[in-house]
Amino acid sequence: MWLYILKRLGAAATTLAAASVIIFIFIHLIPGDPLYVLLGDGATPDQVDALRQKLGFDRSLAVQYFSWLSNVLQGDFGQSIFFQTPVLSVIGDGAETSILLASITMVWIILLGIPVGMIAAMRHGSWTDQGLSGLAMLLASVPTFWVGLYLILIFAAWLGWLPSSGYPSIFDDGGLANLQHLLLPSLALAAPNAALILRLTRASMLDVAREDYVRTARAKGIRPWRVVVRHIFRNALLAVVSAFGFTLAALISEAVVTETVFALPGIGRLVVQSILRRDYPVIQGVILITVVLYLGVNLCVDLSYRFLDPRVELE
Amino acid sequence: MLSVEDVTVRLADSFNVVSGVSMRIERGEVVGLVGESGCGKSMTSLAIMGLLPAPQARLQAGSIALDGKDITSLPPYRRVEAGCGGVAMIFQEPMTSLNPVLTIGDQLAEAIRVHDGVSGPALRHRAQELLEMVRMPDAALQLGAYPHELSGGMRQRVVIAIALACRPQVLIADEPTTALDVTVQSQILALIRELCDELSMAVLFITHDLGVVAQLADRVLVMYAGRIVESAPVGTIFREPAHPYTRGLLACLPNPLARGRRLQTIVGQAPRPHEIGDGCAFAARCAYAEDACRSPGADWRQVDGDHGVLCRHPQSGQLVQ
Repeated sequence: MWLYILKRLGAAATTLAAASVIIFIFIHLIPGDPLYVLLGDGATPDQVDALRQKLGFDRSLAVQYFSWLSNVLQGDFGQSIFFQTPVLSVIGDGAETSILLASITMVWIILLGIPVGMIAAMRHGSWTDQGLSGLAMLLASVPTFWVGLYLILIFAAWLGWLPSSGYPSIFDDGGLANLQHLLLPSLALAAPNAALILRLTRASMLDVAREDYVRTARAKGIRPWRVVVRHIFRNALLAVVSAFGFTLAALISEAVVTETVFALPGIGRLVVQSILRRDYPVIQGVILITVVLYLGVNLCVDLSYRFLDPRVELE
Repeated sequence: MLSVEDVTVRLADSFNVVSGVSMRIERGEVVGLVGESGCGKSMTSLAIMGLLPAPQARLQAGSIALDGKDITSLPPYRRVEAGCGGVAMIFQEPMTSLNPVLTIGDQLAEAIRVHDGVSGPALRHRAQELLEMVRMPDAALQLGAYPHELSGGMRQRVVIAIALACRPQVLIADEPTTALDVTVQSQILALIRELCDELSMAVLFITHDLGVVAQLADRVLVMYAGRIVESAPVGTIFREPAHPYTRGLLACLPNPLARGRRLQTIVGQAPRPHEIGDGCAFAARCAYAEDACRSPGADWRQVDGDHGVLCRHPQSGQLVQ
């Protein structure tokens, strides 16, 4: 297994190298110049040239890339052009919001998607099943920002139960109660993903329920819930777990929209703002870290198969 | 001991796959249920087991009793609760009949816990004992094995061990050797025969293979288009079959004395559930059929003491090829 992990890490390094090139090139293809953003429209060409030299933008792209890469490999993601502070600390400021948002969203996805999918599968063909499947279909096809806006309208504007935007840190005044700021965004972010997991859980359980070994289990005389949990669900889980890798990718891109809708000071919004400011080092840093995260989660998903399915050999 | 009365199984499209099947099976007896694919053998066995796949199939009529207790339509777990969980089943496909993510030991333990109510070392001991009963080599070691680590024959032994964990009075074996190669097949057949004698279980052995029936069964039920058309001791069935279908079926067997001649066939095809009319379902393929055969009302006739047939024109005399 360790050999397998090593091999996978090697493959991940290759992916990462390719990703870093693509990120670097694409960002520099975006029209616009960070220097004018920094200096304003009234800057004289001399001022712009001086700053360009200072930031090293006068060098060729290849030179810029390798100097960036060698710094990144040493843990230095550079300075934010806009904030004039290290990129890692800029990202760190948004990390709390984003990590909490992602975690709460994952909890929603697991709590809503899996059990409700199980119920729909067990009541296959009934009104309960049709209602739940229909709702899931609806949620899966509606964009996150739309769900977000409606959640704000209902729970913040009409009912006034929950805050509609912003997020003060849990380390500030209010402590853990500040998490209520993340309730609506996490629900909006979870909705389409939980719906997908629900549909997948349902379909996969219905598939497994037709297997011969489920009939063998029933023939033993064990209780129906035990057949469902130990035989049907346990095997259906294999397909569901693999979907979590993709769900994370979806979460990352949808978080950009959700954080913007709810004005959350997270990494998603940071990316959007950094793109508008042409703050290259920040964009590069965030995307690179995202790629690392994504590769890491998928490695974990693949490793978890080893424990869920004894037939899987990791080589 | 097991008594099945007039069992009718109806499919969701409202055609009967099994119509009015009755049988009695006594302790220590091996009864062979023979018929072509699709004649309702498996549905009969699932109905007896209480495992008809709802909503595709349901028990329309009839009753099933074990030792006088009514177990009709009770799924296995309800039978265990009612104290009559004495019917167990082994299935056709050993490759898919075991849960791939649980060890053999775990899968055996589930059944033992339900039927014996033991746990801990006693549970493990019983699991090992069951694997030894089905002549599993290295029984203690195999408890920790997963199904994919075993061959087809070994897996079928495990399936049998799971069935035995239910301490069955009646064991239903639904074509348990069809998916296995010939040498393994004969080992499994021998094992079932031995277990039947050792544990004085009754066995309902379902197959389409007349050779297997000859080797194993004491009594034979011949099924055609959802009905039992003939019932007789195994010797009688092979010597003096009375139903034209049974005679046709036996005539199709390859005969070493008739080497060089074409194998016989029964003209036509078995009807599908929706094609079965009110009259005799075999009439269309039967050389002896008359107009009366196509109208309803053929009764079960006793040819002799324990030889019965569902036919207006039972044939007599030895079968000649």
